[in-house]
Amino acid sequence: MMKQQYLTCDLLIIGGGTAGCYAAITAARRSPELQILIAEKANIKRSGCLAAGVNALNAYITEGQTVQDYLEFVRWDAEGIIRDDLVRTMAERFNEATADLEQMGLVIQKDERGRYVSRGKQNIKINGENIKPILAAQVRRYGNVRVLNHLNMTQLLLDAGRVVGAAGFSVLEEQAYAISARAVLIATGGAAGLYRPNNPGFSRHKMWYPPFNTGAGYAMGIRAGAEMTSFEMRFVAQRCKDTIAPTGTIALGAGAREVNALGEVFEQRYGLSTSGRAYGASNEAREGRGPCYLRTEGISAQQEEDLLKAYLNMAPAQTLKWIESGSLPSRQNVEVEGTEPYIVGGHTASGFWVDTRRRTTVPGLYAAGDVSGGAPKKFVTGALAEGAIAAEAVLDDLGEQSDGSQADFRALAQPVLEEYQSRLAAKSGEAFDVFALEEAMQKVMDEYAGGIRTGYRYNANQLSLARSQIASLAALAETLRAEDMDELVHIYELTDRLTVCQTLIAHLLERRETRWPGFAIHTDYPAPRAEEERYVNSRLVDGQIRVFRRELVKEGAYEHTD
Amino acid sequence: MSIRIDREACVGCGLCREVCPGNLIRADAQGRAYLKRPEECWGCASCLKECAHGAIYYYLGADIGGRGGLMQVRSAGDLTHWVITRPGEPPVTITVDRRSANKY
Ligand SMILES: Cc1cc2nc3c(=O)[nH]c(=O)nc-3n(C[C@H](O)[C@H](O)[C@H](O)COP(=O)(O)OP(=O)(O)OC[C@H]3O[C@@H](n4cnc5c(N)ncnc54)[C@H](O)[C@@H]3O)c2cc1C
Ligand code: SF4
Ligand code: SF4
Repeated sequence: MMKQQYLTCDLLIIGGGTAGCYAAITAARRSPELQILIAEKANIKRSGCLAAGVNALNAYITEGQTVQDYLEFVRWDAEGIIRDDLVRTMAERFNEATADLEQMGLVIQKDERGRYVSRGKQNIKINGENIKPILAAQVRRYGNVRVLNHLNMTQLLLDAGRVVGAAGFSVLEEQAYAISARAVLIATGGAAGLYRPNNPGFSRHKMWYPPFNTGAGYAMGIRAGAEMTSFEMRFVAQRCKDTIAPTGTIALGAGAREVNALGEVFEQRYGLSTSGRAYGASNEAREGRGPCYLRTEGISAQQEEDLLKAYLNMAPAQTLKWIESGSLPSRQNVEVEGTEPYIVGGHTASGFWVDTRRRTTVPGLYAAGDVSGGAPKKFVTGALAEGAIAAEAVLDDLGEQSDGSQADFRALAQPVLEEYQSRLAAKSGEAFDVFALEEAMQKVMDEYAGGIRTGYRYNANQLSLARSQIASLAALAETLRAEDMDELVHIYELTDRLTVCQTLIAHLLERRETRWPGFAIHTDYPAPRAEEERYVNSRLVDGQIRVFRRELVKEGAYEHTD
Repeated sequence: MSIRIDREACVGCGLCREVCPGNLIRADAQGRAYLKRPEECWGCASCLKECAHGAIYYYLGADIGGRGGLMQVRSAGDLTHWVITRPGEPPVTITVDRRSANKY
């Protein structure tokens, strides 16, 4: 029998990544009495996006730049579909969060006058290899933060429409948890693994976004009836071929231009936005001028050595590849490719629909980081900023709120804990296992919902097929049984991804235009349309995804009113 | 993309298991580490950096250009030595100093 444990805290943070750790730090600093609990699927020391390290802080207001400049840049890059209030409030905190990271021990490059060295207008150079251990060590300094590692959360618990806690289980042992909380912050990152990846065979997890960020937070929110925004604004990254390592270091750092197979620089044909760049490379290949490269041939020995080291600090596979193949970047241009689409609110606008203080539409539930929508180009510092903003909102809100009764909590949690138990059962000749269904899901999304296979193209007919096939896979997934806790994790991950896919498909169907051709091309509507300059939002109502539009939020702060 | 664990060299300290962001590393009956499903590895190298016994090797799958090369990590204070060996070639060591920022 799976053991059951009930825990209580004031603030439950689901996901101890960048945003989650910083939310805990912020809340603990301001309120030493507050009981904070981080429930993390892996171990906060190396979990999430920061596991391997990062190369730069991509969001910083450098000398001569302003918050307004950052806002304008994000608006331009996202073709208008952003929330001004969210981008502004996060950008206002970039530099404060950076100074805090430096205090914690992050190495930031400085010039002889002690100023941070910038890389372009918004980036500063760091040694980010140990950025996550640094954050985790800081979390451990606060006695009122309890960290439960290796705890996979799956379900929010609601009482009369308010979130009162969440349930999950240990990934290692037969132990289920129900945690009651006065407030819950979701910080589980974005969703990878929805689409068939670049390397679908042995190296299937050699992808850019962490394959262990499975969209659990989105799925928990969707099931709880939270409003979601802009899932149709998927993110397709331009990455080094095979290793899917970031390219910014080569492009911004070593100044390498992107060229097609004919050696032509083509960026002026497509524009320099993130979507434009992604579209450029894929279209050059489509029109017979592929593959595309970052032109590194001829870089100096020093530049090459710096590149090899920089990649060891964030994407070591790329350095190994250079050495192992003997094709060092000074001698051979670096081939690039577009990734499969991810849902990631730290790069695009997909995620929870939140107010300016990062409250979701479900009372008691907050969202920060890649899981939260409306504010693209968050990167590390934006995730930190949102964690801090959400933590402050929680503190203010809890001050006004009286303690709820705990009596009914067990009754709420019991069915969820029983479901874990019922799923953990010996198999009895089922035709499919969780891996077969995951592959099927990725194939459907790839072929019918604009994956790599179609050059990110789809039409309404294909999307309708995707919708019905994903629904049938979701039904099959409900019949899956797990032999051990590891398999149980995979089953819930698959279920969450299928939930995210369903919302994503509904959003793709609703946006009848092509606004970000590098991310998605709706072949029924191959151009942008002025009347689509609005958000596509959705909410699960009585088991049905209800999709609707909202007008762009431009000035001031946004509060939930409906 | 994956890692290989040398079970002879592993002392069963459990540090690699603790940090893997995908919870991919498990212990056998003797407490020694093994990778349950090699194809689930993300290649983040977190486990290599934890292992003080040089028991973990990092390699590229053949599907992404792997040709038998192996990479290991040896940490010494702020210095991280990355050692790459390839069949028939002398090993290459690249040392990264944590105190210095990336040039790029
Ligand atoms: C490879 C890569 C390189 C990057 N490089 C840079 C860079 O150089 N500069 C820059 O500024 N930005 C960079 N970014 C972006 C930046 O790292 C992210 O935007 C940011 O870290 C996201 O923070 P987050 O807290 O939302 O997600 P994460 O830090 O990923 O945290 C999510 C956490 O939730 C946990 N979790 C997930 N599901 C569950 C569950 N069901 N139950 C419990 N816990 C769960 C995860 O294990 C993880 O710890 C990079 C991103 C990636 C992926
Ligand atoms: S860190 Fe090294 S020695 Fe320790 S369990 Fe892992 S492989 Fe074995
Ligand atoms: S490289 Fe990363 S993902 Fe792979 S086993 Fe080691 S810690 Fe886990």
